[in-house]
Parts: sequence; C-alpha cells; structure tokens
Amino acid sequence: MKVQAWPLVTILLVGAILFPLYWVAIASLTPEGRLFAQPTLVPDALVLDHYRALFGERDFWTPVRNSLVVAGATTAFCVALGAVCAYALARLRFRGKAAILALVLAVSMFPQISIVSPLYLVLRELRLLNTYPGLVLPYLTFAMPLTIWLLVGFFRQLPPELEEAGLMDGAGRLRTLWDIILPLSWPGIATAAILTFLYSWNEFLFALSFTLGPERHTVPVAITLFRGQYQVPWGQILAAAMVATVPVAALALAAQRRIIAGLTSGAVKG
Amino acid sequence: MMPPPPATAGGSWRRDEARFAWALALPALGVIGLVALFPIAWTVWESLHLHDLRMPWLGRPFVGVANYAEAMTDARFLDALAHTAGFVAATVTLEMSAGLVLALALDRLARARGLIRTAVLLPWAIPTVVAALAWRFIFESPGGVANAALVRLGMAPPTWFADAAAAWIPLVLADVWKTTPFVALLLLAGLQNIDRSLHDAAAIDGAGPWQQFRQITLPLLAPALLVAFLFRALDAFRVFDVVYVMTGGGPGSATETIAIYTFTVIMQHLRFGFGSALSVIVFAVAFLFALAGIRLLGGRAFEDRPS
Repeated sequence: MKVQAWPLVTILLVGAILFPLYWVAIASLTPEGRLFAQPTLVPDALVLDHYRALFGERDFWTPVRNSLVVAGATTAFCVALGAVCAYALARLRFRGKAAILALVLAVSMFPQISIVSPLYLVLRELRLLNTYPGLVLPYLTFAMPLTIWLLVGFFRQLPPELEEAGLMDGAGRLRTLWDIILPLSWPGIATAAILTFLYSWNEFLFALSFTLGPERHTVPVAITLFRGQYQVPWGQILAAAMVATVPVAALALAAQRRIIAGLTSGAVKG
Repeated sequence: MMPPPPATAGGSWRRDEARFAWALALPALGVIGLVALFPIAWTVWESLHLHDLRMPWLGRPFVGVANYAEAMTDARFLDALAHTAGFVAATVTLEMSAGLVLALALDRLARARGLIRTAVLLPWAIPTVVAALAWRFIFESPGGVANAALVRLGMAPPTWFADAAAAWIPLVLADVWKTTPFVALLLLAGLQNIDRSLHDAAAIDGAGPWQQFRQITLPLLAPALLVAFLFRALDAFRVFDVVYVMTGGGPGSATETIAIYTFTVIMQHLRFGFGSALSVIVFAVAFLFALAGIRLLGGRAFEDRPS
C-alpha cells in the first residue's frame, strides 16, 4: 500500500499539470462551432483553421517578430554587460561588493507596477513609446539583475585556481577572463541567456503600458487584445496561445536540467 | 602582458584588482541605476505632486502627502488591498502545500525523472497570459469543461466570471497551477541536500515515515520552505497578469488587486501623481518582503555554508 501511494500521487499531480495544456492544444485544433459542445477527452476531428486564420487574416507574424526582437535584444544586452559584472562580483576582491550584491537582488524584486509611471513619462519625453528600445530599456530593469544574480552563482562554482593559472602564465587579468574563464563558462551563460529570454518573452505589464498599436504589440499583449466581430474568437486565441508556448516549451525541454539548476542555485544553495 | 605579482607589491596588486573589478561591474550597474533606481526615486517625487495628464492646464503642483491621504480614504484602494491580501493568503497556502507534496513525490521518483521534471517545468515556463487564457477557457460559462464536469457530478456551477465570489476560484486555481512547479523545484533541491543516512539511522531506531518527516525532513527543509514562501508571497502581492487577463478586476471591481487598480489609475485615468503614491505603497510593502529575503539569502550566500 505504502509503496503504491507515491507513484499514484505523482501521476495525479503530473496529470493536473498537463491537462490544461492538453486541453488548449486540442481546442486550438477544434472547429469553432464545436469548442463549447459536449467536451470529450479524445477529439474526433482536428483542423488547422485557427492557425491559418491566425497567420492569414490576422498577421500574427508581427507580434511574433516583435517579441523575438525585444526578447533577443534584451537577452544579448544583459548577457554582454551582466556576465563581466557578475564575474567581478563573484571572483574579484573589492570594497562594497556585498552591498552591490544586495542591491542587485533588491532590484530584481522590484514590483514592476511601481516604476510604470516614471518610465511612461520618460519614454514619452524621449519619443520612445511604441518603439523597440522603448521596450528593451524597461525590460532591463528585471532582466539585468536576473542575469547578474544567476551568473554570480555560476562563476562562484568554478575552481578558484583558474585566475592564478592565467596570471602565472603571464596573461593579464582581462586576457585571463577572456581566454580562460569565459570559454569555461558557456554552460552558465547559456542558462542565464535562456532564462532571461523566457522572462522577456513572457513579460506583459510593460509591453501593455508602453506599446500603443498592433505594429509593436508583443505576443502576450496581442493575444489578450484579440476581438471578434460578435464574440470572443476562442479558436484563434487558443491557437495563438500555442504559438506563444511552443518556443518556451522547446527551451524548457532542451535545457530542463540547466534551467532547474539555475532557478534553484541562487535561492537554495546560495 | 602583465607579469605575475611580486610578493612585495601586494598593495598595488590589490588596488589593481579593485580597479579592474569596478571597470567590469560599472556598465551593468550603471544600467541598473538608470532604468531601476532613478525611476523609483522619480516615482516617490511624482507621488508628492498633483499630475493629471487629462488636465494639463493644472500643471504639476507640489501637494505634499495629499495623494497618500487620498489613498487612505479611497474605498476602492482599501478594497483592492483586502482583495490582494486574500489572494496572497489563498494562493501561497495552496502553493506551499501542493508544492511540498509534489516535491516529495518527485524526490521518490525512480523512473522517467527527466521527462516528468520537464512536464513539471512547463507551467512555469509558459507566459502567464497563456496560463490565464487556458483557465478562462476551462471555466468559460456555460460551455466550458469545468462546468461540464460539475454538471456530470450533479452540481450546479455558477456563472464564474459574473459572480463576485466565484470569480476568485478560477483566478486562484490558475495562479496555483502556474507557480506550484516553481515551489516544488525549490523544495526538491532542498530535499536533495538532506543526507540520506539521517533517514536510514532514524529507520533503524524505529521511526516511521510520518515521524521521519516531522523530525528530519521538515526541520532540515525549513530554509528552503522559508525562501519559497517569501518568493511566492512577494510575487502574489504584485499579481497583475492573471487578473488582468481572466477578470480584468471584475465583475465590477470585485477581483481588483492593488497592481490592477494602480495600473487603472495611471494608464486609464491618467492620474500620474495619485497613481505614483499607490506605486510607492506597493513598493514599500514589497521592500519589506525583499529585506527579509535578502537577510535570508544574502546571509547564506556570503557565508557559503548552509544555515
């Protein structure tokens, strides 16, 4: 009895976790007229209508492109500046380090809503509302501390002799960082990049506040603003939800181990 | 390029290290200062002014703490505060309990570990907007699958999103579904840090599973539980996406949380002064949570040993 209980609990919980995703996937392939008919677990007819309408009538490519550009640029910027900053915080000795680490962590916990009003006013003043930089700049508020915090945890785990070895060989500090540390760090940097991309891809509040029209809406904003002529176009909404899910689900699949390690390292192991 | 440091030049070598560190750290820190610290200072300043974009002829006069005084007597704000507190209490309780059970189950997993962990990671990885839409679709009245299931069980389901009380159920469920995996993975990492031999020794001494859980697992898991609790409480307090997408704060303002109300005041009523005062209040509460979190995390991060 005791031996059987835990696998059963696991199956039930994993079932509860997967069911909504399964249900959305099936519904996105179901003809509109039957979406709210007597539900059955196994569908008897699947159609691609909603996906065709999504990319044909609605031009869902535009939000997908916007999201890719904004999340990609945010990630590139954060990794480039954040990696060297994290290296300094993790492995070099200088005064004020502990305070800076605490500050970075504090900023990562900022509620986004508390800086919407000044960001809106600044972006309006700079004429950056409804532009790509007008989204990337706000995204740095959460993405930069996240990248730094993740990479500090990673750099700390590298063996302490690496710098000594480089300096003994007569390489300068910069060369040691570039030739020895960074090549060894690509797993950590890749993890940080994936997580930063995920958070930027999923972001909603800033994108809702700082974009004004469909030409700059990101995927999450575009989906919530779908309107039909007479009723909620559920088929297309759910198809769009699948499109928003696929890239991040693929990343989660490909890098499951690294993502979990990155997520939990900062919080549990320090 | 640079020769290794001679033993006698320790002082200048140390100065050189500090200078190098600042050169590496400053660009990123500058960005954080510019996009996060400067705006939060601006929010505080803005909150002391009357600034209504719909009435530009009023200008932007300094009004002291008038905006805060208004917040304290604003019934809609106080309601939103109460809604948020209730949402935090409900979701965090459910997420911590379900997360602990899921973590214990994952810890005992003998087969298909990678596959199941990927499945568990999915709700965390997808956009919150998508999770909210999925659950809204499930609870859509009258044709949604939740209603169909309840009818089959012989119950009369409410019109979820038109009912001030019932609307909370899909909201809480969606949030719990989305974030329990994160709690579970945090706790799982904590569980795997517990020395197996402790359980073996306890078993030899005749301790049953429940006793082992109470005497060994729970005390040793306490730091991870506390961290998960703080993260979740902080996150639930500023909840926006789920509510905006599922109910929009409605029906009426029955499910309006503090972030939703603040957003409405700023982006729809265009009252930037008053909205900034609300933002500062949100920030102050979150800051208290964050302070507690940093004491916990930071302390251990700098000591490099488990507490």
